[in-house]
Amino acid sequence: MIKAVLSGDMPRSSVLALVLGLILVCLALAPFLFPGVRTVDTAARICVFIVLVASYDLLLGYGGIVSFAHTMFFGIGAYGVALALTHMGRGFDAILVGAAAGALLAAVLAFVIGLFSLRVRAIFFAMITLAVASAVAVLVSQLSGLTGGEDGLTFKTPRALGPAFKFGDELFGVKLNGKLLSYYVVFIGSLVLFLLMLRVVNSPFGRVLQAIRENDFRAEAIGYRVVYYRVAATCLSAAVAALAGSLYAIWLRYVGPDTTLSMEIMIDILLMVVIGGMGTMYGAVIGATLLVLAQNYLQNLMGVAGSLVEGVPVLPQLLDADRWLLWLGVLFILSVYFFPTGVVGRLRRG
Amino acid sequence: MTSPILATEGLTVRFGGHVAVDAVSCAFHTGELTAIVGPNGAGKTTYFNLISGQIPASAGRVLLRGRDISGQSVSQRTRAGIGRAFQLTNLFPNLSVFENVRLVVQSKAGQGMNLWSMASRHAELTEAAEAILTRVRLIGNRDQTVSELSHGNQRKLEVALLIALDPAVYMFDEPTAGMSVDEAPVVLDLIAELKEQRDRTILLVEHKMDVIRTLADRIIVLHNGALAADGDPATVMASDVVQEAYMGRELEDV
Repeated sequence: MIKAVLSGDMPRSSVLALVLGLILVCLALAPFLFPGVRTVDTAARICVFIVLVASYDLLLGYGGIVSFAHTMFFGIGAYGVALALTHMGRGFDAILVGAAAGALLAAVLAFVIGLFSLRVRAIFFAMITLAVASAVAVLVSQLSGLTGGEDGLTFKTPRALGPAFKFGDELFGVKLNGKLLSYYVVFIGSLVLFLLMLRVVNSPFGRVLQAIRENDFRAEAIGYRVVYYRVAATCLSAAVAALAGSLYAIWLRYVGPDTTLSMEIMIDILLMVVIGGMGTMYGAVIGATLLVLAQNYLQNLMGVAGSLVEGVPVLPQLLDADRWLLWLGVLFILSVYFFPTGVVGRLRRG
Repeated sequence: MTSPILATEGLTVRFGGHVAVDAVSCAFHTGELTAIVGPNGAGKTTYFNLISGQIPASAGRVLLRGRDISGQSVSQRTRAGIGRAFQLTNLFPNLSVFENVRLVVQSKAGQGMNLWSMASRHAELTEAAEAILTRVRLIGNRDQTVSELSHGNQRKLEVALLIALDPAVYMFDEPTAGMSVDEAPVVLDLIAELKEQRDRTILLVEHKMDVIRTLADRIIVLHNGALAADGDPATVMASDVVQEAYMGRELEDV
C-alpha cells in the first residue's frame, strides 16, 4: 500500500523514513499541534515550497536542466488565481479557472522557451530563462492596472476558506473556521502534487530523464529524442510550479512580486534543492522544511542564544538576532561541504 | 542479389579544409559482416558518425532500405534500425548496470513517454534486460553502479546496450579495445553469434587482424578518408594497396 502510494520509491534509510514521517505528521496536524497564526503560516509555506522545490528537482535533479524561471511559473499560478478571484468573484469556480489557466499558461510558456533553447544546449536554456523571468518580473511591476504593480493584489477567497466562516465550535482548543479549511486545502493539494511527481520520476519517463542527465549523447543514440523529453519535463515542472503558486495565493489571499516572483525566492529554491539532495524528490521535503524553518525561527533562536551568553565577550554580538543571515550562510556552506549529495544522499549512504 | 539495406553514396565530410571522409560509396547487405580497416586517422570512426548521424555530412547521402535518411537525427536513425556501440565507452555512469540495459529495452518498447506507470512494474522490460545481461555475462554485476565497473565489464556493457537495441544494422567500433585476453572472447563470441543469425547487418571497425580473418565476410579499406579497397578478405588482404598502405604498418605493430 505505502509502496504503491510512494510509487515504489522508498526512502531506503530508516533515519530518512523517520524524518519524513515526522514532517508528514507535523504538517498534517500543524493547526492542532502548533496552534498560532505564525506557526500555521509557516507550515503552509513549507507545504507550498515542498511542491515548488520538488517540481524544480524534477527539472534539475532528474533532467539536469538549469532554469532560473521557476519563480516566474510559480508567480503565474499565483497571479492566475488572484486575477480570477478579483474579476470573477470569490467562488471556487474562480479558483479552478485561475489555477487551470495559470498552469496552462506556464506550460505553454515553458514549451515555447524550451523549444527555442533546449534544441541547442542546456546552458542556453538557463540564460534564456533568466532573461524571460526578469522581463516578466518587470512587466508585472509595470502593468500596475492589471497586477497591482509593486503593491500586488489583495483579494477575497471563497467564504468557506476565510476566518469568518465557522463550521463548529472547537476541537482540541482549535477554532473550526475557514482558515483551518484553507490550511487543509493547501496541505492536501501539496501532498497530492508531491505524490504525483514521485509517480512521474519513477515512471519510464522519469528514467529517461535520468538517462539524459547522465549522458544525453547516448540517450539519443539508444533512440530517445532528447529535446522532446527535455521540453516535456520543462512543461510539467512549470505547470506544477504554477499550481504551487495557486495554492500559495489561496493561503495568503495576496500576491505581489516579492512573495512569488523575486530572485530571492529563486535562490531559496536552489538552496533547498541542493541542501535536501538533488534527484531524490524527498530532498525537496527536507530542504524546504529546513530552510523555511531556519528563515522563520533562526532569528528567534539566535535571540535566545544571544541572551544566554550575555556578558561573554564577542559572542553576544556574533549571536545577535540581526546576524541570522550570516549564520544561515554558514549553515549552507557547511551542509554543502559535508553533504555534497544533500541530506537525503548522505542518509541513504548510511 | 537483393537490394542493400544500408548504402552510402558519395558520403563526404570536411572539417575546415581537411576532408575526413572523401566521397565514400558503399553498400551493405543483410547477413553480411563487413570489417572496416585502415590506419589511425583514416576516417573509420568519422564514417560511422556520418552513418549513425552524430555528424552531418557535407555532401552525399546515407540510404537505409533505399530511403534517404541523411536529414534524420540520431534518435530517428536508431529507431529506424541503425544501432551503434562506441569506441570510447559511452554509458550512463551513475545508474546501475541493469538500468542501463533496461533503458534500451524500454526505448525499443516505445515506453519512454509513459508518465504514469511504475518503471519497476514492467516485468517484460525487466525480464528482457536480465536476459541480455545473462547473455553478456554481466548478470552478476546487475545492481552495480556503472562507474564502479572494471574497464572490461564496461566494454561488455557497451556491447550489451547495442544487443539490447537489436537493430537491423549493428555498428561496432573496436568492441574489444582495451579488453584483456580473457575478456575479449565473450564479446567476439557474441558478434559471431549475431553473424550466424544471418538476418543482421554488421559493420565492424577493428584493428586486430586475427579477429578480422575469423569474422569478416568482406573487408573495406579506408585510407585518408577515401575507399581504397573493397572485397572478400583474401583478395583485399593480398592487394597491393593494403600491403603498402596498411598491412605493413599494422603487422609491425602486432
